[in-house]
Amino acid sequence: MLPDANPIYGESPRCDLHADLHEIVARHCGEKTNLLQLLIEVQACAGYIPDDAASYIAAMLAIPRSRIESVASFYSFLHLKPAGEYRVLFSDNITDRMLGNQDLMEQMCRQLWVQPGKVSEDGLLSINTTSCTGMCDQGPAMLVNGHAITRLGSQRIQEIGQLIRNRTPVAEWPADYFKVENNIRRGGLILDNKLAYGQVLQATRAVAPATIIDTIKGSNLRGRGGAGFPTGMKWEACRNAEGEARYVVCNADEGEPGTFKDRVLLTTQADLVFEGMTLCARAVGAKKGFLYLRGEYRYLLGHLHAVLQRRRDSELLGESILGEQGFDFDIEIHLGAGAYICGEESALIESLEGKRGVPRNRPPFPVTHGYLQQPTAVDNVETFCQAVLALHMGAAAYRAIGTEKSSGSKLISVSGDCASPGIYEYPFGVSVRQILSDCGAVNTRAVQISGPSGICIGEHEFERKLGFEDLPTAGAFMVFDDSRDMFEVARNFVHFFAHESCGFCTPCRVGTSMLKQTMDKVAAGHGTQHDLTEIENLDHVLQTTSHCGLGRTACNPVLHTLKHFRPAYETRLKSLDFEPAFDLDGALARARQMTGRDDAGAHLKENE
Amino acid sequence: MTDTFQLDGVAVPFEPGQTVMQAALAADHYIPHLCYHPEFKPHGSCKLCTVKVNGRTMASCTMPAEAGLEVESEIEELNALRRTLVQMLFAEGNHFCPSCEKSGNCMLQALGYDLEVHAAGFRHQYPDRPLDASHPDILLDFNRCILCELCVRASSEVDGKNVFALAGRGNNKHLIVNAESGQLKDTDIALSDKAMQVCPVGVILPKRVGFSQPIGERRYDASPISAQALEDAPRPPSGVEHD
Repeated sequence: MLPDANPIYGESPRCDLHADLHEIVARHCGEKTNLLQLLIEVQACAGYIPDDAASYIAAMLAIPRSRIESVASFYSFLHLKPAGEYRVLFSDNITDRMLGNQDLMEQMCRQLWVQPGKVSEDGLLSINTTSCTGMCDQGPAMLVNGHAITRLGSQRIQEIGQLIRNRTPVAEWPADYFKVENNIRRGGLILDNKLAYGQVLQATRAVAPATIIDTIKGSNLRGRGGAGFPTGMKWEACRNAEGEARYVVCNADEGEPGTFKDRVLLTTQADLVFEGMTLCARAVGAKKGFLYLRGEYRYLLGHLHAVLQRRRDSELLGESILGEQGFDFDIEIHLGAGAYICGEESALIESLEGKRGVPRNRPPFPVTHGYLQQPTAVDNVETFCQAVLALHMGAAAYRAIGTEKSSGSKLISVSGDCASPGIYEYPFGVSVRQILSDCGAVNTRAVQISGPSGICIGEHEFERKLGFEDLPTAGAFMVFDDSRDMFEVARNFVHFFAHESCGFCTPCRVGTSMLKQTMDKVAAGHGTQHDLTEIENLDHVLQTTSHCGLGRTACNPVLHTLKHFRPAYETRLKSLDFEPAFDLDGALARARQMTGRDDAGAHLKENE
Repeated sequence: MTDTFQLDGVAVPFEPGQTVMQAALAADHYIPHLCYHPEFKPHGSCKLCTVKVNGRTMASCTMPAEAGLEVESEIEELNALRRTLVQMLFAEGNHFCPSCEKSGNCMLQALGYDLEVHAAGFRHQYPDRPLDASHPDILLDFNRCILCELCVRASSEVDGKNVFALAGRGNNKHLIVNAESGQLKDTDIALSDKAMQVCPVGVILPKRVGFSQPIGERRYDASPISAQALEDAPRPPSGVEHD
């Protein structure tokens, strides 16, 4: 487990990796399953994973060296080559773009004389983009050496540039930069709960595990991570599966662009999350649990470790919980390192085992063959919170909230074009129009429900209701008003999927990249009707042959926007049936750069 | 009595633990495939073996056989998908068949012919993938890699060496070797390794024997891959434990 007071925030001049490496490896007890955690620490200490460190770790863990390279290169936040003392990553969700992140990035690159994606010649810094960092309600946002910075503006960028140029350690930067607001706009079942920590655990002391499962089943609680699998059935299957040990895993890899409710739950309701995990452990018979926290939220580590320690001190975790013989359970926090795919439960388990986060073949499912091939219950942060409330209220009272097939409440992460972005909790069944009105959205053209992998709906559908009957959602709610270009929204999402494809299967690895190229071709004004046909063809291949949900949903943004906002595409098309993707003039760009020319003679004539 | 499932309307018997692909090949039914190899645990990445099982598309190499399944494979809808996947693999790497030592022995090329892939279909990506000629006896030409992981699996499962691994993510996924220098000469690979024999395309090549077998007399020149795969299928059919 990562200790609270880890010297990881030191920038490279302060960190003596060779002195620390031995200690880092020793702390992880030479466990192969801790490889990713170990690499994250080395990265934080040295700014990258040096060749000799990789060889040393391989020898100490008795694994092939290539495995280190293989794992490290899978995660965006790990570097095998020096990536600068200061590694600046601009969050590049569409909401960040709408708030002007591209101009800010350009400003910073100009100020510090660096090109995006390249390390400065003096090795001081690199500037690049990263997938949504979960700060959409207070963007534009960035990560500097893993630290989240919110509410960027021209002034702040200027200041950050100065701090970097002066080599001021990030730990000494103004605290205000790192302030993350909760922005809770509307409370409910979860956010307004008045439970004392340990209360429900205490109240269910005498309740048999099977009864806990029956209550959860009776409450009709369904997973809040997007798939909506009935939670009680999952816990029951895990309990009944054969295995030497059982595990509870909390999926806090909140990577779906536009979603940030788990961040707020972990900030304000950490006890409820851990209580839910402990109740689940009791129900399924697990002794060990993991919270898999996305790397972007590592700033929450200190807080979460403190809550865990308080719960241990209060007999709510550890051996003989609340004095009950044999009720032993503890929770370890594992960090992610920039890989959206690890939000998929089997990929998450691979990552927990210290491997590349590639989704497994299913069946078998994690409930029978999960962590270390043992029965494992993987649930979303919000699901664990809801489970505590369901057990506290009883199945019937819980079921009375929401709709028939969607019981309980749902936290919605609202961002984009509205007066009050933030977290809204509603009973299931709330209409899109209601949320739009509550968050002060006007002239709304479209709403992207549940992130890029979800669906995009237009104005004529705003009466539709959130819930498993109609619009299932993991919680993202991105609002676009009539000034927005829906083609650019879709293109941003397509770039996201191409960046996050794990690369395991052919259709997703190649298809998402082809889709990106096609959208870029249309954006550049070279698109034709033929390209729209190709998009539809790619969509069919991705949907039918992809290994997991990422590939199967990667075309959704394009298909939905094509359906509702076709003119946004068609105005960009050339009125030809075919237009080559090869840009003859563009191919001369490098020659122009090398010769320092940009005059008319250095360009081919437009053949308009 | 053995259980059966239906493959394109024909009853196919299977042993418990077999996948649809293993049972089909054992019973003399061909399903196109690339990353599947009868001697290794299937992992299902190339997706060429995609079939329809009770109406849903699945990779047949990893799909456990079950009594009563209705499997469709030899239908135009699926072959069209397979053609697109082959086109994707061609577009992703640098494949120049006319000058390739593996021409005629290459599974990707053979599948292209057998599935009647007549056009490129996609813009080729022309990735920059330098060769590794560091080893005295073995050449690695990464341009042709289709990321099937067969060499990774063979080196690890059979040779016990872990010479190969995959690194990177998404479109940047690539084959690496197990050495700090990143060069094959610094690994413990040997010409006799299983990993030397399993590459379905032309990445891993022994030096100094190029074109010793004339083009026109090669494996897939004699008969198409659909026929060859059946001849190679293991019998008895428990593919995973095959000696």
